[in-house]
Amino acid sequence: MNKKTLAFPYVFWSAAFIVIPLCMVFYYGLTDDTGAFTFANIATIATAEHSKALLLSIELSLISTVICFLLAYPLAMILSAMKVGQHSFIVLIFILPMWMNFLLRTLAWQTLLEKTGVINSILAFLHLPALEIINTPAAIILGMVYNFLPFMVLPLYNALVKIDENVVNAARDLGANKVQTFLRITLPLSVPGIISGVTMVFIPALTTFVISTLLGGSKILLIGNVIEQEFTQTGNWHLGSGLSIVLMIFIIVNMVAEAFFDKDGEGTAL
Amino acid sequence: MKKAFLTLLLAVGALSLTSCGSGGGENGEVVVYNWGEYIDPDVLTSFEEETGIKVIYDEFETNEIMYPKVEAGASEYDVVCPSDYMIKKMIDNDMLAKINFDNVPNAKEYIDQQYYDQSKEFDPTGEYSVPYCWGTVGILYNKTMVDDPVDSWDILWNEKYADNILMQDSVRDAFMVALKRNGASMNSLDEAELNAAKDALIEQKPLVQAYVIDQVRDKMIGNEAALGVIYSGEAIYTQRENPDLEYVIPKEGTNVWIDSWVIPKNAPNKENAEKFIDYMCRPEIALKNFEYITYSTPNTGARELIEDEDIKNSKIAFPDLSQYDNLETFSYLGEEGDALYNALWKEVKSE
Repeated sequence: MNKKTLAFPYVFWSAAFIVIPLCMVFYYGLTDDTGAFTFANIATIATAEHSKALLLSIELSLISTVICFLLAYPLAMILSAMKVGQHSFIVLIFILPMWMNFLLRTLAWQTLLEKTGVINSILAFLHLPALEIINTPAAIILGMVYNFLPFMVLPLYNALVKIDENVVNAARDLGANKVQTFLRITLPLSVPGIISGVTMVFIPALTTFVISTLLGGSKILLIGNVIEQEFTQTGNWHLGSGLSIVLMIFIIVNMVAEAFFDKDGEGTAL
Repeated sequence: MKKAFLTLLLAVGALSLTSCGSGGGENGEVVVYNWGEYIDPDVLTSFEEETGIKVIYDEFETNEIMYPKVEAGASEYDVVCPSDYMIKKMIDNDMLAKINFDNVPNAKEYIDQQYYDQSKEFDPTGEYSVPYCWGTVGILYNKTMVDDPVDSWDILWNEKYADNILMQDSVRDAFMVALKRNGASMNSLDEAELNAAKDALIEQKPLVQAYVIDQVRDKMIGNEAALGVIYSGEAIYTQRENPDLEYVIPKEGTNVWIDSWVIPKNAPNKENAEKFIDYMCRPEIALKNFEYITYSTPNTGARELIEDEDIKNSKIAFPDLSQYDNLETFSYLGEEGDALYNALWKEVKSE
């Protein structure tokens, strides 16, 4: 009884902000203007514009995820090897930018990267060639990596810090060199963290529309932009919802695949 | 099970609760939905002080963003400021209330008759709208970065200015540029003309630095780009900040637009809305707004009060439109027309 009472806020929350909105998305996605059932909204993913936007989104978010992983893993290893006092300070520094709004930080990148922006002014002063990546896919990847990197570092760090030092020592003791220890002990034991980090970077990157608008100059249409425009500009909620369902399917497939690798379910525990 | 059902019921109940009660200042409130940076904030404060009506102020970036929000009715606005074709669409879809002009005496007295005549194109009976600002769309260019004569939309397709061109990120404005360049009407529904315009926009896309709306102003001031498509009202402001900038109405013609105050049918505070519109039409207030936003005012009283002779006779703020051919005002194209434009625009954007 007591436990059930405590669960009430959560039940209310999930009903109001998860279940009901999801039902609405499915209702709109599977009906047309007249309210008749149809798969047509979902089928539009096959049109050239939509499939191109989806493929581009997947491509950019995959690249971003890989870059985040390559940057985050060494950092997480260094952090986990540090003493308690030191590492909490560095983790703090890492999380500090997240105290500021995500939109503001992305807008700041716009100002930094502009043709006459801060970075290019400095480069010009040093007589170096200008950096011309604003309004290109490269700027979008940069924005994604910058914004989502902490979501990769933290789960990796949590996974690495949990590894019992004795296991590593035993491997070394039994003659494994550093590379072997890493490949056969540390890396496999950190898989839950890798999966959690990959999910937490890949999914927001796949669905973003703000980063592509701000850093892509609205020239590059990702699937998130298409959906956003259907809701805010064209006013076709049916089409927007249909495409959202497609995106949800992609994310579910992604998560099922991850659950397959992460049998212990540790990855989801941050 | 019973409990779970009850929980769900409570959840739905809580969701359907809307904010009742009038609230606001001593005389209630007025909810205004206007373009971004389209009013002098002091005017809102002085309105509140004078009338005791609390102003709740919200902003939009394009007509297309405004429409679904008003249509959905989730947030009930009392006064909205859409453009011509969007007003027609709202009238056609029975979303607007008739304004009682007896409550808006300043609108009759100070707004020049020619703007009411022009409004007949989208508000044939003149019962739904009070003009707030008007203007043209043209090319703003940086004299230090452009050495060709700028008199035609064609320059936006000149490869010399690759990555130095800013286009408007809204479907009708973007297509207006391409249609006018091709010598077609910007209200065209002819598929061949529209496809030609789409192809032109796709051809232009590699040269475009970015599709933006309000940011054209700041980017041009900051020398980020050489050429930008911009609303005339921004031109005076940008020139004040960066004297290298010049505004031109291309020879192929352009869009002459009017943004007008309207009152949605579901407005909870209609009388306050009329008081607000009346206040906005007061010459001193219209002048304050003009000086702040620099968009052309249809208010004759306000224009007479302008002290700076250069601005009072500015060709940009108050152009003599009779010298241009092919000026048009957007008309509402109907659901199918909108859908066609949106589909073509999506093709351009995804290219």
